[in-house]
Amino acid sequence: MHNNLTPLDAIVVTRTQESPSIFSLGLRFTDKAINEQYSFLPGQFNMLYVFGIGEVPISIVSDPQQSKELVHTIRVVGRVTRALSALKPGDHLGIRGPYGRGWPLQLALQQDVLIVTGGLGCAPSVSIINYIMKRRDQFGHLAIIQGVKHSDDMIWKTHYQQWMQQPDTQVLLAADVAGHGWPWHVGLVTELLPQVELDINAAITMLCGPEMMMQATAQQLLNNGASTERIWLSMERNMQCATGLCGHCQYGPDFICKDGPVFSYDSIQDRLTRRGI
Amino acid sequence: MTQYAVITITCINPGYSLTAMSNTRFLPREQFDDLFDALKSIGADCVGPTVSEGAICYKPLSSSAEFPHGINDEQTPGSYRLSSSSQSRWFSWANGAQAIKPFVFAPQEILWRSERDNQGKLNFTPHQQTISLTAIIGVRACDLAALVLQDQHFLNKNNTDEAYARRRQQLILIAVNCTHPASTCFCHSTGDGPEAISHYDILLDELDDGFAIQAGSTLGEQIIQKLTLETLQVTQQDEIKRANRQAAEQQTRHLPTTDLQSLLVKASESSRWQAIEQRCLSCGNCTSVCPSCFCHSHQEVPASDGNSSTHSRQWDSCFTQGHSYIHGYTVRKETRWRYRQWLTHKFSGWFQQYGRSGCVGCGRCITWCPVGIDVTEELQLLADGEQDA
Repeated sequence: MHNNLTPLDAIVVTRTQESPSIFSLGLRFTDKAINEQYSFLPGQFNMLYVFGIGEVPISIVSDPQQSKELVHTIRVVGRVTRALSALKPGDHLGIRGPYGRGWPLQLALQQDVLIVTGGLGCAPSVSIINYIMKRRDQFGHLAIIQGVKHSDDMIWKTHYQQWMQQPDTQVLLAADVAGHGWPWHVGLVTELLPQVELDINAAITMLCGPEMMMQATAQQLLNNGASTERIWLSMERNMQCATGLCGHCQYGPDFICKDGPVFSYDSIQDRLTRRGI
Repeated sequence: MTQYAVITITCINPGYSLTAMSNTRFLPREQFDDLFDALKSIGADCVGPTVSEGAICYKPLSSSAEFPHGINDEQTPGSYRLSSSSQSRWFSWANGAQAIKPFVFAPQEILWRSERDNQGKLNFTPHQQTISLTAIIGVRACDLAALVLQDQHFLNKNNTDEAYARRRQQLILIAVNCTHPASTCFCHSTGDGPEAISHYDILLDELDDGFAIQAGSTLGEQIIQKLTLETLQVTQQDEIKRANRQAAEQQTRHLPTTDLQSLLVKASESSRWQAIEQRCLSCGNCTSVCPSCFCHSHQEVPASDGNSSTHSRQWDSCFTQGHSYIHGYTVRKETRWRYRQWLTHKFSGWFQQYGRSGCVGCGRCITWCPVGIDVTEELQLLADGEQDA
């Protein structure tokens, strides 16, 4: 598999506007052989390159076995993501990856899974939700809690509504501030934890979102008796090389790009939410 | 794609070994340029210390005439000064701001180029600059130790940095034992000097009328065989031993003897960080002169015709705002957090990453800090603070 520091040419197959500032790009390598060789696991990311502008790390949302296109969901926050948002189907860009350690799939096999996501950082968790949905027999009960700051920020509403209809699946949605017609919870994701219909202590929990939200959720689970090694978090820091060399993503002694981005709670609890780490 | 694996490196330098003093010979000072000739005869460009703009810098040299003849240095926190004396030695000084690092981990390096064709397709070409064989004369023990640390980082077996590997495999290292440590040096305390123990091709000890010379690798042995050498006298051997012992004894700074790896984890919320912040300018000088610091940032520079673009990297510092920037937010926006990051990584995180501290005691960060912050002092204050707590 190509996993060097040099990107490979790819083409935009689809572009979907998910919200005013969030969009998804479905990508395919122009080299057919690479397209077939390329494989990744949910929770891993690629470095996407825009010609003449630069690179940015973006997690992969599509299913590993869906070879038609690699979907990346991106929020416009800076120079490179703005340039990515201007790409149209047929435009070329560069991809290198996949990088990092994804979600603990082996550990989660035949287990109940609780996924709690907050804010706009939900792309890495959507990858694992999609993964479990396609392999429903390999996992136990699935509970999803998704929270947003404002109900207008809620993307993939139809996805969540579809997932609500699935057997053995519970979906709980929350918005800190709700606009007109928001039928779900108003408040924090942690307030929904008591409604989860699975044994939280026996489940594998996967968290993704702002660190404060992940810490608050983990703390509440631990207070209920969950064990630290069954709680997993997807972390973020500045990344430039994605191979553990450039030093930007250091989080304590860990390099998030290669030791993460997914970590077990016990491996990072000494620094989680501590300022300036 | 060209692969530069660690294996290639070990082939080029087949095992540095400790050579016993009995194999050590004597190279008279007036014949030192024979060593330059021997290195040139195998195709090596020579780099060594020379005085430039008031400091000792490592630059391409053609003969020993360019060495710092009779030059001494005085280094104190925040200060570096050279002076001339009537003595005849060439290596009677401690390291300047840089030595090996820029020759192996280049301050700026092109990684790859992209070209866009008429259909918009992108073609990527890794940049494979040809690096010539380079002999660095006058390498000190602290910098050899730092090179080993950088090798661990950049030549990781799962992830070899090609640009670094290309430069590394072309290095010939000619060490000179340090007999004049600066007041800011503490390599004896970290266990990395002042005597070079391994990882050199040739080791020199300076005497008044010449140099003791010994090989540390097969390549070094081959180079030495090109020289006409004399027997090293017992009195000369004794003088070398005495000079090396004195160089260790002269060092007054040292690291606290406490377990620094856990100290820095425990002291992460210490009030000392605020005190340091009152002085630290967050200028990044310490990281620029540190021989083990490896952080670098990526840049994209498009050509003005719009058809090609260059992706390069350059040294970066954890003291910059951009280092911890992530989608509209700087994680370490306060200077105290940046200093804590640097010190904690160097003296604690490095243990988990590479099995030892990331500090080799060269003292550069003390000398070149514009406000003279002393890591050994700051670590001691943190240790004292934790003891009192």
